[in-house]
Amino acid sequence: MIPGSFEYHTPSSISDAVALLQQYGEEAKILSGGHSLVPMMKLRIAEPEHIVDINGIAGLDYIKEEGGVLKIGALVRESDLEHSDLIASKFPIIADAAKLIADPLVRNRATVAGNLAHGDPANDHPAVMLALGAEVVLTGGSGERVVPISEFFVDLLETALKPDEILTEVRIPMPPANSGGAYFKIERRVGDFAIIAVAAQVTLDASGNCASAGIGLTNSGPTPIKVTAAEAYLAGKALDDATLSEAGNLAEAASDPTSDTRAPAEYKKAMVKQMTIRALRRAAERAKGGN
Amino acid sequence: MSTHAITVTLNGEERTGEVEARLLLVHFIRDHLRATGTHIGCDTTSCGACTIMLDGLPVKSCTLFAVQANGCAIKTVEGLATNGEVHPIQEGFMECHGLQCGFCTPGMMLAALGLLERNPNPTAEEIRWGISGNLCRCTGYQNIVKSVQYAAAKMAAGGK
Ligand SMILES: Cc1cc2nc3c(=O)[nH]c(=O)nc-3n(C[C@H](O)[C@H](O)[C@H](O)COP(=O)(O)OP(=O)(O)OC[C@H]3O[C@@H](n4cnc5c(N)ncnc54)[C@H](O)[C@@H]3O)c2cc1C
Ligand code: FES
Ligand code: FES
Repeated sequence: MIPGSFEYHTPSSISDAVALLQQYGEEAKILSGGHSLVPMMKLRIAEPEHIVDINGIAGLDYIKEEGGVLKIGALVRESDLEHSDLIASKFPIIADAAKLIADPLVRNRATVAGNLAHGDPANDHPAVMLALGAEVVLTGGSGERVVPISEFFVDLLETALKPDEILTEVRIPMPPANSGGAYFKIERRVGDFAIIAVAAQVTLDASGNCASAGIGLTNSGPTPIKVTAAEAYLAGKALDDATLSEAGNLAEAASDPTSDTRAPAEYKKAMVKQMTIRALRRAAERAKGGN
Repeated sequence: MSTHAITVTLNGEERTGEVEARLLLVHFIRDHLRATGTHIGCDTTSCGACTIMLDGLPVKSCTLFAVQANGCAIKTVEGLATNGEVHPIQEGFMECHGLQCGFCTPGMMLAALGLLERNPNPTAEEIRWGISGNLCRCTGYQNIVKSVQYAAAKMAAGGK
């Protein structure tokens, strides 16, 4: 399959890349990992006239902790997350997800930023970032703005990104003590997109009750879903079976999946409930220091 | 339409080409550089037949543009053997019957090499995850896992 013709640009700085986006507007697309964009171009679902390849911009491949915030640069690949000690020790929820995204070869290219910017509810990072209360830094012609991830996903394949903006950094608050997270994904076979998946992050208080919880759903509606009703319900509660089950009900109620070749909607909804229960349980175990 | 002069190092040798921006890397390698050991299976980023090493990491060359490889080092199956001596990975596939038709094998070996460079002593389970982006329609994978284990042992013993 041969993509349509395009002009290829290799800016060496963010400002040069933004200038190209300003010049070409809707005709231009950022290329980072290219593992969503290139397949779409081969199928001619996407036919951008200008490709702005940001891979040559130096200094965007950092994973670092700064002022209580984890910062992930735009060119961090899935495989970088998989092999990061900081992620393994502080963000098992991200490590869980990274390992289940596509396959090791795709993960050597695919970026976290691209995974979010694509706006695909089937992608795994959106739900994880919703559970973690992340923010994204968008850099464009009028400077930088910081958008909470809960306001980033607008519709299917549509985000808050303006045509001249680049997602330059993901920011995640470092979890307080007694926190843990987990990502549970049901897939037909290794490397596939999720039938559905659930991300859960919890922080326990001194008595072992839930101080706060974050829950995100993958492939359960036209956009990634933050289950605010379950998050509010869990605050202050002991995470016993009845409470987890009710949180599962609230997640199921918040989900709005469609039937497709992967599974019927009824099955997906039932699985949203079960995976919510399991992800919360594992998150709580990890918050207590387990694995 | 833009065309670009690009230079890559293919298996240690500098090669150049004049390419359209939309030319896929796998087509550049096969049709322009005439290194046809790298295969095209699915053309949809699923099968791994097109796996090459790009600057030391295994990737699917059907999902990159040739222009993206400008200035990079590429290793393909043709670059595994040195001075007429097969690489331990190739030896493993020969000794352990790791192939039948051989179509998946070049990609499989490069994915395995990428795995072993990061994890020189993988468990059978880790090998299966490591080659999960590469499909084989013939072997049932059992002997591929053995081949990679053979290579790991040989490489650990200094076989490269
Ligand atoms: C076989 C296969 C299986 C896959 N399985 C999974 C899976 O199980 N789970 C999963 O989550 N994903 C999966 N993916 C998708 C993969 O993770 C994508 O690569 C990822 O979603 C997009 O990241 P990218 O860096 O490749 O982005 P690209 O393909 O480069 O870009 C995607 C879109 O985002 C835009 N964009 C990219 N980066 C930026 C940026 N920094 N700022 C603004 N806009 C930007 C692009 O213009 C484009 O519109 C799979 C892909 C393949 C090929
Ligand atoms: S041909 Fe590239 S993955 Fe199948
Ligand atoms: S040996 Fe035939 S596809 Fe693997």
